[in-house]
Amino acid sequence: MTSAADQRGPSDDDLRGMLRTMIAARIYSTRCFNLQRQGRLGTMAPVDGNEAVVVGTTYALQPEHDWIFPQYREQYALGRYGDEVIRRHALYLAGHPEGSNYPAGLNVFPCQISLAAQVPHAVGMAWGLMRQGLPGVAVAFFGDGASSEGDFYEAANFAAVIKAPVVFMLVNNGWAISTPTSMQTAAATFADKAAAFGMPGVRVDGRDPIAVWEVVTAARARAVAGEGPTLVEAVTHRLGHHTTADDPTRYIPVEQLAAARAADPVPGFAAQLHSVGLWDDELQAEAEAAANAVIDDAVDQALARPLAPDAFFDHVFAQPTPRMTQQRALLLELEAEGRS
Amino acid sequence: MTMRTMVEAINLTLAREMARDDRVIVFGEDVGLNGGVFRATDGLIDRFGRDRVVDTPLAEALILGTAVGLAAAGMVPVPEIQFLGFSYQGFHQLAGQIARLRYRSNGRFDAPITIRAPFGGGVRTPELHSEAIEGQLANIPGLKVVMPSGARNAAGLLAAAIRDPDPVLFLEPLRGYRSLRDDLPDDTEFVEPLGRAEVVRDGDDVVIVAWSYQVEVARRAAEELAEDGISVAVLDLRSLVPLDIDSLASIVSRCGRVVVAEEAPQTAGFGGEVVATIVEHCFYDLEAPPQRVSGYDVPFPMAQLEDRYVPSVGRVVAGCRRVLEVAP
Ligand SMILES: Cc1ncc(C[n+]2csc(CCOP(=O)(O)OP(=O)(O)O)c2C)c(N)n1
Ligand SMILES: [Mg+2]
Repeated sequence: MTSAADQRGPSDDDLRGMLRTMIAARIYSTRCFNLQRQGRLGTMAPVDGNEAVVVGTTYALQPEHDWIFPQYREQYALGRYGDEVIRRHALYLAGHPEGSNYPAGLNVFPCQISLAAQVPHAVGMAWGLMRQGLPGVAVAFFGDGASSEGDFYEAANFAAVIKAPVVFMLVNNGWAISTPTSMQTAAATFADKAAAFGMPGVRVDGRDPIAVWEVVTAARARAVAGEGPTLVEAVTHRLGHHTTADDPTRYIPVEQLAAARAADPVPGFAAQLHSVGLWDDELQAEAEAAANAVIDDAVDQALARPLAPDAFFDHVFAQPTPRMTQQRALLLELEAEGRS
Repeated sequence: MTMRTMVEAINLTLAREMARDDRVIVFGEDVGLNGGVFRATDGLIDRFGRDRVVDTPLAEALILGTAVGLAAAGMVPVPEIQFLGFSYQGFHQLAGQIARLRYRSNGRFDAPITIRAPFGGGVRTPELHSEAIEGQLANIPGLKVVMPSGARNAAGLLAAAIRDPDPVLFLEPLRGYRSLRDDLPDDTEFVEPLGRAEVVRDGDDVVIVAWSYQVEVARRAAEELAEDGISVAVLDLRSLVPLDIDSLASIVSRCGRVVVAEEAPQTAGFGGEVVATIVEHCFYDLEAPPQRVSGYDVPFPMAQLEDRYVPSVGRVVAGCRRVLEVAP
């Protein structure tokens, strides 16, 4: 935890932890991808290529204070916030409503499907923390595609005005489904957009978790010092499918995909730690075994989790409306007759 | 005649309309290189080029807002919203601008804009991909709302929508894209007028009023009830705005009993509008209170519970039995 304040870089333990989290992310994501293919889990968006961005960011944060507002691709790599994140996400992919309920104390917002909607939420959280004198910053993850939404511009503009403690983590993975970044913006970089908001914009190699850690450490320090938000553009490549519903071969040239995979951040970081003596095959095997155990358990539990047929009436309001109560009774009656 | 799925019918009609009128421009997220996430615009970019089939940045307010200016400039915009749930990002352009262009320019500008968007449950999509919000949209004056129920009427109604001088929201049921198919006329002038309902099955005991994919559900419910000797009619509204009040009133008056089937939440859903219209026009012919079989008053649920939320054949049958129980 102290490493976040340490400008010299993550500790050796943290470096190993970062790699373990990246390895786990890839294993979780790949497993969920395959389970979707077998019809056991729902549509999912693989993390492949984003691991270093999420891990570098979260290791620069203080999970007990700092809030994460993810899009839909980060969840596999949020291991720094605890294994409960992946357990919940497995439930989410199993189509179970409790998959969106991260328990109190886990400062992670539910998976966001509506692009960029989470960005103003993060600003609101930061504003609220600031108003109440609470420690912590809010980090919004969003894609290069999502950055074209008004929600981003409106939120970033205001955050800079009030100096909200926010980090805007714009994950530029080259694509928004089939739309390349060249069709998303004519700006030389996404980071350049920060100038118009009156905040610093930093472009960082999103395949290098240490570089991301450094940038986010500085952005966090700035935020908690009351100096305001930072826009970080983390540049990486999507290594394959947008989601399980997508066919990237329709629009990404094969050479480009092959080149991206050749620069895969997960084996890349393992090799880097290997070369400085912080990693070896035994640690690799242990990390993989540990991740496999977590995801096995998460998926088994998710698929076995009971769900009442009328559960969707829960949590709409604190108290249901009279009509909802009638509807619920009707559903249960139909259910009893096998007609729901 | 050629057998086509609904998505093929839409694709073919877009191509025909683009060939017929070079003012037609198709744009939206992933509609070009990818041919649309459901392939509704597949191949159009190759045939008509990047100037007429345009991949936009990811911004729905932009997509809908530029349609206003394009129309005013004399073009015929056919924007796509990738999923209807994301029309919320562009709602102010839709409700506040597109629907009012003619009105707020006091007739200076036509608004020949056709907004295509898939929606609806049954395919286990993530959040905001499935919701049936047609009732929210039909409440916007100045916007036509067209909801085809099959490949054939998708083709005919889409052609009519594109040729219409007013904005049309053209809502395509996800579940029907590949599962619904029809023989389609090869005629390039196949156009079906907006604002006409169709009796897709005749009957005397009860009529099910439905639109979009619920027409298919209603058909199956009617078949099930027919096995018990009950004669069920199915009326496909096809367009909510304008609403074909004459066809609605005539079949309801004849049957005397009516069930309205819709995917949307019950409260303030379009089914309520249908029932109110029925009561206004057919009150003395009704033999039982009209029944609604709707989605429940909850946000569209997660995948595991989806099948219990979207009205099923079983629920529509149960709704029919409830109206049939009432003694005349
Ligand atoms: C408001 C909104 N519009 C459209 C979509 C459909 N959609 C889902 S993901 C996606 C592309 C997102 O690209 P990006 O923001 O770059 O994130 P990435 O998937 O590359 O991580 C689109 C268009 C959506 N989910 N939300
Ligand atoms: Mg992207």
